[in-house]
This record gives sequence, C-alpha cells and structure tokens, in this order.
Amino acid sequence: MAIGVLLKQVPDTTAKIGVSEGRVDETAVSKWSMSPYDEYALESALRLKEAGGEDVVAITCGPTRAAKMLTDAAAVGVDSLLHVLVDDLSALDSTQVQSILAAALGRADCDVVFCGKQAADTNAGSTGPGVALLLGASCVSHVSEVSPDGGGYLALRASTGGDERVQVSAPCIFAFDKGDEELRRPNVRGIMMAKKKAIETISPSDLGVSLDNSRVTVVSHTPPPEKPPGQKFEGAESVATVVGKLRDEANVI
Amino acid sequence: MDVTVIADSTADGLNPVTAQLVGAASSIGGTTTVLCPGGVGSSQASAISGVAKVISVEGDCFGTFEGGAWANALNSLATGELILAAASPRGRDIAASLAAIRKIPVIQDVTGLEAGMVVTRPIYSGKAIETSNVSTPCVITLRANAFDDAPEGGSADVGTVNQSADVGLAVKEALAKASERLDVTEADIIISGGRGMGDPSNFSHLNEVADIIGAAVGASRAAVDTWDEIPHSMQVGQTGKTVTPSLYIAVGISGAIQHLAGMKTSKYIVAINKDPDAPIFGVADYGIVATWEDALPVLKSELAKL
Ligand SMILES: Cc1cc2nc3c(=O)[nH]c(=O)nc-3n(C[C@H](O)[C@H](O)[C@H](O)COP(=O)(O)OP(=O)(O)OC[C@H]3O[C@@H](n4cnc5c(N)ncnc54)[C@H](O)[C@@H]3O)c2cc1C
Ligand SMILES: Nc1ncnc2c1ncn2[C@@H]1O[C@H](COP(=O)(O)O)[C@@H](O)[C@H]1O
Repeated sequence: MAIGVLLKQVPDTTAKIGVSEGRVDETAVSKWSMSPYDEYALESALRLKEAGGEDVVAITCGPTRAAKMLTDAAAVGVDSLLHVLVDDLSALDSTQVQSILAAALGRADCDVVFCGKQAADTNAGSTGPGVALLLGASCVSHVSEVSPDGGGYLALRASTGGDERVQVSAPCIFAFDKGDEELRRPNVRGIMMAKKKAIETISPSDLGVSLDNSRVTVVSHTPPPEKPPGQKFEGAESVATVVGKLRDEANVI
Repeated sequence: MDVTVIADSTADGLNPVTAQLVGAASSIGGTTTVLCPGGVGSSQASAISGVAKVISVEGDCFGTFEGGAWANALNSLATGELILAAASPRGRDIAASLAAIRKIPVIQDVTGLEAGMVVTRPIYSGKAIETSNVSTPCVITLRANAFDDAPEGGSADVGTVNQSADVGLAVKEALAKASERLDVTEADIIISGGRGMGDPSNFSHLNEVADIIGAAVGASRAAVDTWDEIPHSMQVGQTGKTVTPSLYIAVGISGAIQHLAGMKTSKYIVAINKDPDAPIFGVADYGIVATWEDALPVLKSELAKL
C-alpha cells in the first residue's frame, strides 16, 4: 500500500490568462505551477509518511509539461512518480478525469489519498469526492491537518458550524484546504536526486480507461467582463458621499 | 424538464441560495422537486414559488456530513435530468458525489444557465469565463447571488422519505467557531481588513461596522498569516474563500491578484486605502483614499444614520 497524492499543474496564480480566438491561450502562460491547495496536500502526505506511513506516490494526469511538477514533488521527498499523459485535459469531462485518476491510484496501490479541495484552473472541487466514490473510499473535504490515529486517521476539517476533528479509516481521500503547516522547500541535494528520479509515463488506455466523447463541449472562453471605471475620492470626508451613493446609486445598503 | 434541487441548509434552516436554485430552474422551464437532506427546511422550501414538490429526506446518515454518504442517500430520489445544488462547500461535495454515482458530468460554480444546457462559469479564479454545452442528465452547482431568488408564495406538498447510507467518518471533536459572526460565504455584505489594519485588535473597528449593517468580516491572506487572532476561515481569495456579495468593503488591502480572485465579482466594491496607487482601486466602484483610522469613524457614524 502507498499514500497517493494527486497533483495538478496549473498556470501560476500570478500568470495572466489571455484569450485568443475564443479559447484560453495556454501557450501564452508565462509560468506553470503546482495548484496551490495541492501543495498543502503534498506537505501533509509527506508528514504522514514521516509519522510512520507508507511511501508517497505523486500522480498527475496532463500534458508533457506536467512532468516538471512531478520532479518538483520528488525534490521535496516524494518516492515515486506516475504521469498519465493526456495532451488536452480541457477536452475531458469530470467523469473522464476521475476515471483516469481512480485507475491510476488503483495501479499505484494507494489506500490513502491526498488532493486539493479545488484546482486553481477549474476551481471545481469535484475530483476528491468523485474519485472517492469510484474507489469506494470516504472523502473528507476542506481538510487542513491529518494525523495517524490508531489504525485510522484524524483530520481537521472546516464545517458550517466551525472546525471539526473527524476520524476516518482507509480507504479514504483528504481534499485539502490551505493548511497551517509551513510548506517545505527543496534543498540542493533533493533537487539533484529528483532529476534522476524516474517518472513512469503511461496512457489512459494503459490503465484500461477508454475515453469516449466528452459530454461537456466548450463553446467559448471569453475575458471577464470589464467593469466600468470606478469613482475615486480623496479623504475621509468623502466617506459620507460614498455612503450616500451606496444607498441611492447602488441600492446595496 | 424535471429538475431536482438539493436544498442548501445549515442546522438553522435553508440558506437563501436555495430560492435562487429554484429561480434558476424555473427560468429554464423546469418542473422542480426540492430534496431537503436531513429534513431541514422542508416547510420553508414548500413556500418557495415554483416548487412542484418537496421531499424531506430523513435518516441517521444526515447526522454527520459526508458528501458521498449524503449523495448515496439522495441518489434514488434525485431523478431529474438536471440536478441543481449550491456551489457551497457541502453542495459541491454532494454534487460531485452524485455525479460520480450516476456517471454523469458535474459542472461547478455556474453563474449563468440557459435552456439547452448552455452554462457559463468563471475559470482560473475569474480570469476567464467559460461557456459550455452539457448533455443531460448532469449535475450543476450554482454560485450564490448569481441568480435571482424565486419569490415566496408557493405551497408545494411535502413528502417524507427515510433513507440510509454508510457513513465512513465520525466527528470526534467540534472546535468552537472562531466567531459567532456570519461566514463570509453566506453574507450579502462583507467588510474585510488587510495588513494595513496594523494590528489584529483593530479588527474590532471592522466588527463594529459589520454589526451596524449586518455584514460578515473577512481578511486578506497577509492578515491571516501575520496574526494568529485572524483565522483562515476569514480569508478571501485564491487560497481562501470566493465571495460574491452585493457589497464588499476592502480596508487596508492592497488588492493583490490572489485577493482579487476571491472577490472581484462582488456586485459593488468599496476600497479604503491610504495609497492612491493601490491596485485595489482598479476594481473598486467607490475608492476612498484615506487611512482607516480617519475613514472608519466616519463610516460608522454615516451608517448609523441610515
Ligand atoms: C499562491 C498564493 C495564494 C494566495 N492567496 C491569497 C488569498 O487567498 N487571499 C489574499 O488576500 N492573498 C493571497 N495571497 C497573497 C497576496 O499575494 C498578497 O500578499 C496579500 O493579499 C496581501 O495582503 P494585504 O493587501 O492585506 O497586505 P499588503 O499587500 O501589505 O497591503 C496592505 C495595504 O494596506 C494599506 N495601508 C497601510 N496602512 C493603512 C492605513 N492606516 N489605512 C489604510 N490603508 C493602509 C497599504 O497602502 C497597502 O495597500 C496569495 C499569494 C500566493 C503566492
Ligand atoms: N488532471 C489532474 N491530475 C492530477 N490531479 C488532479 C487533476 N485534476 C484534479 N486533480 C486533483 O483534484 C483536485 C481538485 O480538482 P478539481 O476537481 O478540478 O477542482 C486538484 O487540486 C488535484 O489535487
């Protein structure tokens, strides 16, 4: 058995997103990074290993460029790397992505899985709960901390009434929120070792997943609507004017 | 088209977004059945105009939240060609789980829905908008405040069904909520503070404003990371919460791109910042160049006059 961590490579949060001919222009993205919540998922997976857990397997599904992110994960201590090569992720619907990741987790023999609560590109939050369903696992979402507890795990999760500590046993998936732990940074030795670390690269069909037609067709991407330029006022006295406008122009108070 | 709406609720009853789900269903000519997990809010739901039927779904499994278990319990009743839920944390979990059980696609956080299942939603944290066509059956979650409420005035029949499902997790400890305040994702007005507040104790000024207008209090990541007193649950932005209130007031927040990602689609934005070049002014409908020390007392007294 192993600890699985699902990592997605996305445009860095500082990167501009341009649209050309009705599609987001990925070639114009200046920097690709690991999706922010996945970084916390990875950190927590490594801590679980250090607390006496199994080896950590990082899995991504995506194009060739995503291999770099797996190498980055190896540099901070991931034991093995699995890359399911798919050139255009945006052509897949949620069920297809989930089938691929569930099959990959099965192949890597993972019974405890860490992922992000939502990816920075899709902003969806579908993958953790969906993959859990396919694997017959429990999914705990909005988790910020995981620790071993007897034969199972204790997870701190955000809930409608405040935070809760919940107990769960494998098979289970933790969909991570921002955690409180400091993220580890790679050292030189880690980076050197990672360069030599093999990435197992396979296709969806190697996993026995056949990709039929997606049931979601993207019609177009557009830039967000431009807001009309705002009004700017100098000095605290102007607060009264703004309050008047909020009441009379905007009707929001 | 038959639409199943999964009611969004807390222990206290329905969240306002439930009426928006019904409104969206009606706008595309749907015949709407509302499922109330745990039976919460069923009489409230039956009073929403446009609801054909309410099913109060009861069972032990609703005692603890687990998206997969709740979806399993709701599944046999969620027979609509379109299943609508709120893009709230729980709503998204239930929606994704239901879609996985039924092997149908799920689209989260939709802000526009037209007949023929043409949906629009922000992607890349609002840096682009995606329009897509989804085949039915499918599950869609809607962003709060992006759709008009269905009015009150309905009187749908309420049925009760008992369901069971295996729950794989158990709550061992409930930690006190950081504050008794409204959560930012539930609020129609939010006032947020950033590092410019100088000290966490100064958030009391934001609380006072919030009390006058019934707002929630939010924070930037710099505030959350710098001060232990400001919990992550208050954070708005890329790695915090995404909010779409009618009014967002940013105080001492510079307007970094990751903060904007979480609040840019608010209907109206007010910024109070001492730096006239702060990027937050680029998205503000009403910008006030002033220190919070000067501006907040005036804000308090002006709001109190309303
Ligand atoms: C991957 C990633 C994810 C991130 N996610 C988030 C996120 O979810 N949310 C988020 O907010 N940030 C996020 N950030 C951080 C973001 O980049 C900024 O660092 C952060 O938003 C800055 O917070 P701030 O505006 O409070 O602080 P600062 O940038 O320090 O700005 C403080 C502002 O207060 C003003 N000010 C100072 N004194 C006063 C005064 N007396 N009166 C009025 N104004 C005053 C200053 O002019 C300044 O504009 C993320 C960063 C990364 C890399
Ligand atoms: N293509 C992918 N490869 C690896 N992990 C993924 C992929 N898509 C989603 N995930 C994981 O699932 C999380 C939620 O994604 P999403 O459902 O798209 O918001 C991400 O933060 C990742 O941890």
